[in-house]
Amino acid sequence: MLKGRKPYFGILVFPGTNCEMDCYYVLNNLLKVNCKYIWHQETKDDDINAIIIPGGFSYGDYLRSGAIAKFSPVMSFVRDFAQNGGLVIGICNGFQILLEENLLPGAMLRNNTLKFICKYVNLKVEDADNPFTSNYNKGEIIKMPIRHNEGNYYIDENGLKKLKENNQILLRYCDENGNVNTDANPNGSVENIAGICNESRNVFGLMPHPEASCEKILGSDDGLNIFKSMIDFISKF
Amino acid sequence: MFDVEKEYKKLGLKYNEFLKIQEYLGRMPNYLELSIYSVMWSEHCSYKSSKALLKNFKTTGEYVLQGPGENAGVLDIGDNQAIVFKMESHNHPSAVEPYQGAATGIGGIIRDIFAMGARPICSLNSLRFGKLDEDEHQKYLFEMVVKGIGDYGNCMGIPTAGGEVYFDETYKGNCLVNAMSVGIVQKDKLIKSRAFGAGNYVVLIGSSTGRDGIHGATFASDELNEESESRRPSVQVGDPFMEKVVLEVCLELIDKNLILGLQDMGAAGITSSSVEMASKGNVGLDIDVAMVPLREASMLPYEIMISESQERMLALVEPSKLPEVKTICNKWNINCERIGIVNDSGLYRIFKGPELLGEIPVKSLTDGAPVYHHKFEKPKYFDDVCNFSLSEDDYLSLLNKYTYNEIFKKVISSPNICSKKWVWEQYDHMVQTNTVLLPGHDSAVIRVKDTKKAIAFSCDGNGRYCYLDPYKGAIIAVAETARNLACCGAVPMGLTDCLNFGTPEKPGIFWQFKNSIDGIIKACEVLEIPVISGNVSFYNESFGKAIYPTPIIGTAGLIKDVSNLIGMNFKDEEDIVILIGNDNDFKCSENDGMGGSEFMELFFNKVAGKCPDIDLSYEKTLDKLCVELINNGLVKSAHDVSTGGIAVTIAESCISGNIGAQINIDEKEKNLLKALYNENQSRIVISANKRNLKAIKNKCEGSQIAYLEIGTVGGKNFNINNKINIEINEIISLYNNTIEKIMSK
Repeated sequence: MLKGRKPYFGILVFPGTNCEMDCYYVLNNLLKVNCKYIWHQETKDDDINAIIIPGGFSYGDYLRSGAIAKFSPVMSFVRDFAQNGGLVIGICNGFQILLEENLLPGAMLRNNTLKFICKYVNLKVEDADNPFTSNYNKGEIIKMPIRHNEGNYYIDENGLKKLKENNQILLRYCDENGNVNTDANPNGSVENIAGICNESRNVFGLMPHPEASCEKILGSDDGLNIFKSMIDFISKF
Repeated sequence: MFDVEKEYKKLGLKYNEFLKIQEYLGRMPNYLELSIYSVMWSEHCSYKSSKALLKNFKTTGEYVLQGPGENAGVLDIGDNQAIVFKMESHNHPSAVEPYQGAATGIGGIIRDIFAMGARPICSLNSLRFGKLDEDEHQKYLFEMVVKGIGDYGNCMGIPTAGGEVYFDETYKGNCLVNAMSVGIVQKDKLIKSRAFGAGNYVVLIGSSTGRDGIHGATFASDELNEESESRRPSVQVGDPFMEKVVLEVCLELIDKNLILGLQDMGAAGITSSSVEMASKGNVGLDIDVAMVPLREASMLPYEIMISESQERMLALVEPSKLPEVKTICNKWNINCERIGIVNDSGLYRIFKGPELLGEIPVKSLTDGAPVYHHKFEKPKYFDDVCNFSLSEDDYLSLLNKYTYNEIFKKVISSPNICSKKWVWEQYDHMVQTNTVLLPGHDSAVIRVKDTKKAIAFSCDGNGRYCYLDPYKGAIIAVAETARNLACCGAVPMGLTDCLNFGTPEKPGIFWQFKNSIDGIIKACEVLEIPVISGNVSFYNESFGKAIYPTPIIGTAGLIKDVSNLIGMNFKDEEDIVILIGNDNDFKCSENDGMGGSEFMELFFNKVAGKCPDIDLSYEKTLDKLCVELINNGLVKSAHDVSTGGIAVTIAESCISGNIGAQINIDEKEKNLLKALYNENQSRIVISANKRNLKAIKNKCEGSQIAYLEIGTVGGKNFNINNKINIEINEIISLYNNTIEKIMSK
């Protein structure tokens, strides 16, 4: 009899990572699934079937965000894991690292406000046919906080075309009514992009923090469905 | 040979202090020893001008586990958990190098917190600048201080969830940057800084030592002047990434029981941290400067000893545990060097390898530091300034110039009143996912995961009130924090203070200081809030002019059940708006509450008159009542009346609720402007469903707290007596965008 796999999340920790405990809390305490920390020096792990690269300032990010983390031993493991179809989600700094690592296309520029921004934003779920946002409805408007200095996503025209053709844009910044426009763009990102996946749809990067919006008491529990989508996907196998 | 007679002055020591040093040593000090005395006896490290008065604070209470004397104070919050907090100033460094000054101010206070074994869970700050309008330098200071705080705290992953900012000409030449940090710890993991056990090692963990911040403590103990710019090298440079690593290392070392004591290295670097450890343990210490990892090989021993390079900690380690300590530090890739060893001679000895460079009795540096009882005298300005009050004609002439709407719009968009969104959006205030009340409310509220509890924090201080009456002004600062907590349903447990004053040798300044201390003592006694930590910052003067006396109070309160939490925001149409507490209507006094008000400053350009009165026992009853109303689920919002008066309080509840209100204030025989903008104390505006009114009224009567229904929540307009009538959207835009507009000009 085919039995679903038990989800087991690995949460990467680089020196300077600071959202690892927030992710751990959501998975362990709220969703009651297995998870563990994976130190940046590790190169192997046979337990896990999903990877979270959490937010923070890996190695201080004094250079370009994520630029140093890319050289960490653990990243070769992440690359192999992703190439073998494993689920990888990069949140905020994690997204920046995935871009530096070329696991996702494009690059991150400094916010066009030239300031760090911490606030709740509205997001439009542009695609629900993937392991990360399947628990939402396409077109749904959700609320999550952003907290970054460099979230101004850039990609050239060809790249953008490809993203669109393959439905790789999963989240866009929008206003409370779902309008995707310049006023609702907090950081200047190309076409209000807030989150994208790779072509094979198993690597996802997003600037907003789903782990910080999993409880009503924090102002929103809309982020929960990101993790639930992943758990459902893993359990199906 | 150096000319010791010349040098002691350069190092900021006084002649009598120089004599005292010779007496302690029984000989002339060498330059290294003199340097060590100069930093240890600086105002910044020794509290020589304030010590005698500070010891009168009430420092014990129901929740107190640790009062002043350690790196930070500790309060018991039950369930084997404790919170640790302290506030500190970084005014002078921020005045000359705002970005690094503010950043390292945050770094320093955070180290104080994890030096106790606690994980930092929240930062707050109180900032003061000159007026922003058309003053590019003030804008620069404001911009860079906020950026400095943000960059440091954001990288550390500690939410900066609360604070306050005021702008007044008095701070033009001497801005204030007061930072508060709070941590949480399992009670049995609390660690202290005392050194003990001859033979135990003193281990330096963290950054290498460079030439930055040499004589910073001495710099902080002097007034600012033309030459201050040249003191930029005295300002340290922060590395928040390093601090984040040092934090994780220290917590891991404590968790694994590998260290016996921990001390933050702040002002006066290795010297003050190691001397304090030795002094608290009544032991001696041998330090070997040759063991200190350096950024520049050519550094002289005295430079190594007093460098204020950031992100360094000193740990007390049993020799057998050193290898394990090193393993953990290696894992995180940071320095870990045994730089000293505890001895039982009571002597502080500095070596370079085998060579003895200096030898000082430990206690002469700490307990033996001079204590000053400065003269104090009521300053000359006092009687003149306080005897002022606005006449009825003043109000009439204002109304001839402006409509009520125009006056209100000017008030709500004053930088001292309007939203500080521009500031807090640059701070990560949500990381750690415990911030259950976003900034902008009366207190910052941080829940404690896996419990029903939350901790509320409020920072407050009003320099104008303290200028008009330092005693009452200080009382009001304490009371205001308590009331802010009450509005969030929190019971105050303890406070930290940061006392910002001018030059203590001036009798007028010391009079302000003494009276403020007395005010804090009084308020703490009646409100039953102990002082558990604090900091004094003197010499806040530029070009001979002192700032307004500005004691800042940071108070922590306990919320037993976070599910009862309400904000200041009005919630639903047809809810009733009620003013509870002291009001002119009930407690008509001669003091009209306009003295030192934002209204007076805005329209009459004056900081004068009588500081508002306050009745502390009434305040205490009001705060208790407010918590009770919240815990009983009777009210939907609560917001305290402070700067800008009741008009601003109600408007803020409308703005944060994105809903209008119709307010009716009885104008009979009363001046409406005064009624709207006076800053009388001990008042809270609440809103509630109609069906709860009777219960609320009964509770108010039972507590002998005045109750007055003043209007109804609802609609799209903010309307007071039909004299102020503005669409709520317009008010929101004025309130939210003023600072951003000024800063982008």
